[in-house]
Amino acid sequence: MSKKVLELLKAQFGDKILETSSQFGDDTAVVEPSIWRDVALFLRDDPRCQMNMFTDITAVDYPDREPRFEVVCHLRSLEKNHRIRLKARIGDAEAEGLEIPSLVPVYKGANWFERECHDMFGVAFQGHPDMRRILLYEEFKGHPLRKDYPAQQTQPLVEYREGATDKLAPFGADEGAPFGRQTHDFWSETN
Amino acid sequence: MEPLDEELEESALELPSEPMQLNMGPSHPAMHGTVRIVLELSGETITKADVQIGYLHRGFEKMCERGTWTQCFPYVDRLNYVSPMLNNVGFALAVEKMLGVTVPERCQYYRVILGELARICDHLVCNGAMSMELGAFTPFLYCARAREVIWDIFEEETGARVTHSFGRVGGMAQPPTAAFKDMIRSGLPRVLGLVTECEKLLLKNRIFLDRVEGVGVISKADALALGWTGPTLRSTGAAYDIRRAHPYLVYDRFDFDVPVGTTGDNWDRFMCRQEEIRQSARIIEQALDQMPDSGPINIDDPRIVLPPKQDVYTTIEGTIQHFKIVMEGIKVPAGECYSYTEAGNGELGFYLVSDGSGTPYRVRIRPPCFAAVSGLKQLIEGAMIPDVVPTFGSMNMIGGECDH
Repeated sequence: MSKKVLELLKAQFGDKILETSSQFGDDTAVVEPSIWRDVALFLRDDPRCQMNMFTDITAVDYPDREPRFEVVCHLRSLEKNHRIRLKARIGDAEAEGLEIPSLVPVYKGANWFERECHDMFGVAFQGHPDMRRILLYEEFKGHPLRKDYPAQQTQPLVEYREGATDKLAPFGADEGAPFGRQTHDFWSETN
Repeated sequence: MEPLDEELEESALELPSEPMQLNMGPSHPAMHGTVRIVLELSGETITKADVQIGYLHRGFEKMCERGTWTQCFPYVDRLNYVSPMLNNVGFALAVEKMLGVTVPERCQYYRVILGELARICDHLVCNGAMSMELGAFTPFLYCARAREVIWDIFEEETGARVTHSFGRVGGMAQPPTAAFKDMIRSGLPRVLGLVTECEKLLLKNRIFLDRVEGVGVISKADALALGWTGPTLRSTGAAYDIRRAHPYLVYDRFDFDVPVGTTGDNWDRFMCRQEEIRQSARIIEQALDQMPDSGPINIDDPRIVLPPKQDVYTTIEGTIQHFKIVMEGIKVPAGECYSYTEAGNGELGFYLVSDGSGTPYRVRIRPPCFAAVSGLKQLIEGAMIPDVVPTFGSMNMIGGECDH
């Protein structure tokens, strides 16, 4: 069933689909990072694919390979009942150039999954609306699921956060007042 | 002061106000689990919300990369600690998918029955806690009582009440006890009776209805794009149940219904769970009738399953097998697979990468309630503060699963 999806992808994107494979019953397509979002859009909107269910985004670190990281995305179709795994390879040995287009414009649900991936691997999703850490705290040093992060690593103590109570991400004191800030000098203004 | 002029504009009469920030959580009495919701309020209406998770992050995925495949089971237990058996079975199935083995039929039924019992537990806790947070304390006690009946069965079968660590690659830790079927046949009607009594207290209760009906509505397309699965997705009308869509174990042999909702509000999510408890009971009854009373539980492969203790102490082959599995771990063929099962909250996925050694290269868990909670922001923006509590309750966030 989803073999057909792989064929469709190859027909649509040609050389940009670097390789396809099927193992343990899962169909996989490795695509170029540049067309990452286009592939997702195609899979979602094409009536032959209808991949309207977002399932998962994660990454895997292969320190020996070049490019070093694999971003892995799982999609599924509710109507057609088929699944696909998309992969894109990014980043060099020093984990530079870890950039890939965000899938949030295509699937809303990618938001938190991409934030987690950013948190754990340091992947920068371009066009993501809110690229903060999600499971760990802002002051955390490093990205724990990379293979070069020792499991026994200790983290430095975090300083007391000055003003943490009045400026809470993502909205600070200066934004987010839809009806404008009013003064308490109500009587003096009206009288 | 001059009297108010009748021609004054409406807006000028309003009291001045500025948005207020409210910090709900990380530990809030009306929320189960540790989650922090930063709200910006205009009066009592929520204008902006930011849901912050991660307070229960324990590095599950990193820990799994440091042991053998078998050593992942205790960690997996602690993901969704309300229905650990479903996680155990899900992980075992994922590794078995890579190994290309299928457990004996008796074990498949055993896994189905224990898994469905755990699902009933999960739904009981979710609905009980949700009603308790809305002020209805008695239904929670009824649910806790019903859960106690199931926990007693688990204690008898596995030796532990909550975190069993009972799954194994290629089987289960122990075969069913002699009283297994009788215990469930006598316990299940009690559970269903308590569920009915719990419903009697809630379903015609005006306070409860007012707070759940029409609150936290989500459309089917939104729920799909957000990656929702399980009862939260089915409440919107999408009949997606992995047990039906991609039957695993022996689920294709049972006659059961997939309950769906119509509007996707809190009421539908509540009722989907209630109905699923009954459907799970139906599955268990059929499985009890079909399950063979004798036969192997574990597969017959010394590279995967530990030999009997008798052999370990008396034969050299047994000792070597035992040593190889414990010290090196089960050798899983290199490659990667994504395996998914229907857990209490929806699609519990395991994306496993193996390099052919006895240690996982990467274990990625796809927690169902992570996706559900990521949609919470959308549901509560524009709602009132009291709506946060039932909406969050019906997501059934389980901290251990959501925060990995």
